[in-house]
Amino acid sequence: MAVKSTIEIDQEKGNFHYDTQYNYDAGTGLDENTIRYISDVKGEDKSLLDFRLKALKIFESKALPTHWATQDLENINFDKIRYYLAKGQQPSRSWDEVPDDVKETFERLGIPEQERKFLAGVEAQFDSEAAYSNTKEQLKKEGVIFIGPTEGLKEYPEIFQKWFGKVIPTGDNKFSALNSAVFSGGSFIYIPPGVKVRQPLQAYFRINAENFGQFERTLIIADEGAEITYMEGCTAPKFETATLHSAVVELIALKGAKIQYITVQNWSNNVFNLVTKRGMAMEEAEIRWIDCNIGSRLTMKYPAVILKGAKSRGEVLSIALANDRQHQDTGAKMIHAADETTSNIISKSISIGSGRSSYRGLVNIPKHLKKCKNNTECDALLVNSKSRTDTYPAITLKGDDNSIQHEASVSKVSAEQIFYMMQRGLSEGEAMSLSVNGFVNDLISQFPMEYSVELKRLIDMEMEGSVG
Amino acid sequence: MDSLEIKNLNVTIENKKILDDFSLTLPKGEVHALMGPNGSGKSTLAKTLAGHPDYSVVAGESLVDGKNMIGLSPDEIARSGMFMAFQYPSEISGVSIANFIRAAITARLQKDEELQATQYYKQLYEKMDLLKMDRKFTSRSINSGFSGGEKKRCEILQMMMLKPKYAVLDETDSGLDIDALRIVADGVNKMRSPDIGILVITHYHRLLSYIVPDKVHVIYNGQIVQSGDKELAFELDKKGYDWIKNESVTSL
Ligand SMILES: Nc1ncnc2c1ncn2[C@@H]1O[C@H](COP(=O)(O)OP(=O)(O)O)[C@@H](O)[C@H]1O
Ligand SMILES: [Mg+2]
Repeated sequence: MAVKSTIEIDQEKGNFHYDTQYNYDAGTGLDENTIRYISDVKGEDKSLLDFRLKALKIFESKALPTHWATQDLENINFDKIRYYLAKGQQPSRSWDEVPDDVKETFERLGIPEQERKFLAGVEAQFDSEAAYSNTKEQLKKEGVIFIGPTEGLKEYPEIFQKWFGKVIPTGDNKFSALNSAVFSGGSFIYIPPGVKVRQPLQAYFRINAENFGQFERTLIIADEGAEITYMEGCTAPKFETATLHSAVVELIALKGAKIQYITVQNWSNNVFNLVTKRGMAMEEAEIRWIDCNIGSRLTMKYPAVILKGAKSRGEVLSIALANDRQHQDTGAKMIHAADETTSNIISKSISIGSGRSSYRGLVNIPKHLKKCKNNTECDALLVNSKSRTDTYPAITLKGDDNSIQHEASVSKVSAEQIFYMMQRGLSEGEAMSLSVNGFVNDLISQFPMEYSVELKRLIDMEMEGSVG
Repeated sequence: MDSLEIKNLNVTIENKKILDDFSLTLPKGEVHALMGPNGSGKSTLAKTLAGHPDYSVVAGESLVDGKNMIGLSPDEIARSGMFMAFQYPSEISGVSIANFIRAAITARLQKDEELQATQYYKQLYEKMDLLKMDRKFTSRSINSGFSGGEKKRCEILQMMMLKPKYAVLDETDSGLDIDALRIVADGVNKMRSPDIGILVITHYHRLLSYIVPDKVHVIYNGQIVQSGDKELAFELDKKGYDWIKNESVTSL
């Protein structure tokens, strides 16, 4: 019966770690010296060091956004975190050259296997730096660049500098400032005009160390008419102490380009996942975020699209699953800045036990624009009564020539429904998965195949695990 | 002989005693009717046998072919061969009938067994035809937006597909018009075999002219106060439940 998944990422598999020797370690806590250390070992020029130091100042000057977000943010102890841990500076191009413990980690997570099966390129990050990075020869010939941001700046400064930090400025929020100060790892991708990459590029972000912060930085540029699907997966072992993951992801889709960015996030319960993701779509370009958040202690993430060019399209399809003691504070932002732009947001959240999920949206269509459209659907499913869900849609629509459509619903899986299904022979976990899958099915069916199969499996696992 | 043996069942809900030393034996191969006025504890019995967590079993046993079910989880009880058709079936949106029944059958398979999709659908369609259910129903969410009659047919469909050893049908006749009643009764009659024991819970005798029981029991205040053959159902209909109430008072 069970469809065998091609992507193997799950919490059980993810819950292991190696006592690894790191050759580069910035120590615990954050100050100017931490940043000088990172910048030094990465061999960066002074301008980037200055960029980082300035970002540190901004990070320090900004308060935590607890006036609108959860107080739980105050439990992050920035002095107890290790900001940079790496075995080496250069990712290997072949798995044989990857150190054994790291290689074994990714093998257990199934990454080399997936690469063989269906990926056009892979980057596997272990704590602060990529341990492995490879792109199919054919793509390289076509001019596709898929490397880390440090290499990106060194090897392609003209493309890199034009866009780096332009979609998400350092001071956008406290965590984008933090990332700008200490970032390492992540991807720099450039797709030349007209190149349509058929198979996805994948990055896998693995946290191995305890008391650690992972701050990858991703910049994807699809030149005119180019097309790309990028998938990211993440796991970490379950530690007693809090782990921080704070990425910044910037996408640029030039005229007529298409970027699809897919996240399979399956963090363990101790991870604070505070990520800023934003794309800019030029004329007739399309940016689609598929963002599925399973696990973590707290996730705050609101993928955004700035619709800068006429007739551009933005889409966020998201699923958030908040299990016991987890908080998923997720949403989407659509900033319409040109005529005839359309955006679509479909958000489904599931709260289980004491899990909590919130949807925060922002749709802005200013008065001077014509023929803009937004569709927003937010559906929440509560599995048992302790769960809570909040919706903050925040839609600003001005001008007679623009239109929005907004729907929201809350449904429940009651104890009676669970009993009904169990009476037919399903375990409690199976009963919950079935109703949760039922809730997300129509959305998942719009995702690429490999991904939807994996997601269903993750949901099943999460449900099994949520039963005492 | 194999049977469902309910022995001295004492059940409370929120500290209120509902079933009071209730005993009944349903041999495999037979159909028994359980009749009684509203509030007498019929649904409580059905849900207790199915392991509903709200009902606390203070004492007693429910033996499925000799194995006690009390204390097992509802799914373990179900997989042991106990089926209950709900008086008020739950609606579950997003879960299609076909997927649900398939999941329920799969849950009964051994680790190395697989369900053959073609065979599964063949069976499903066969049973649906029997119950005069439109095939479009397979893709509809369980019970959502179903009429009363459709819900009850869907319960019988599940029973037919899951092939339990014992089935408790809780007021499967309520809310059905005469045509639907016939269809449901036909379905149950088709299920009758030496391999299954069926307990038909009903408030009215009407259903029992279609599903003729081997025995009739009357429950009042959480106890069986009368047992007899099928004639008892008609007597009860003529005299009304007051007759039982008076009887049970005098017999005390
Ligand atoms: N979930 C419940 N909570 C409180 N009281 C209940 C509950 N279920 C049943 N009862 C009580 O138990 C008694 C028997 O109910 P029930 O078993 O539903 O009777 P019947 O099915 O014969 O009409 C009634 O007095 C009813 O109010
Ligand atoms: Mg009842």
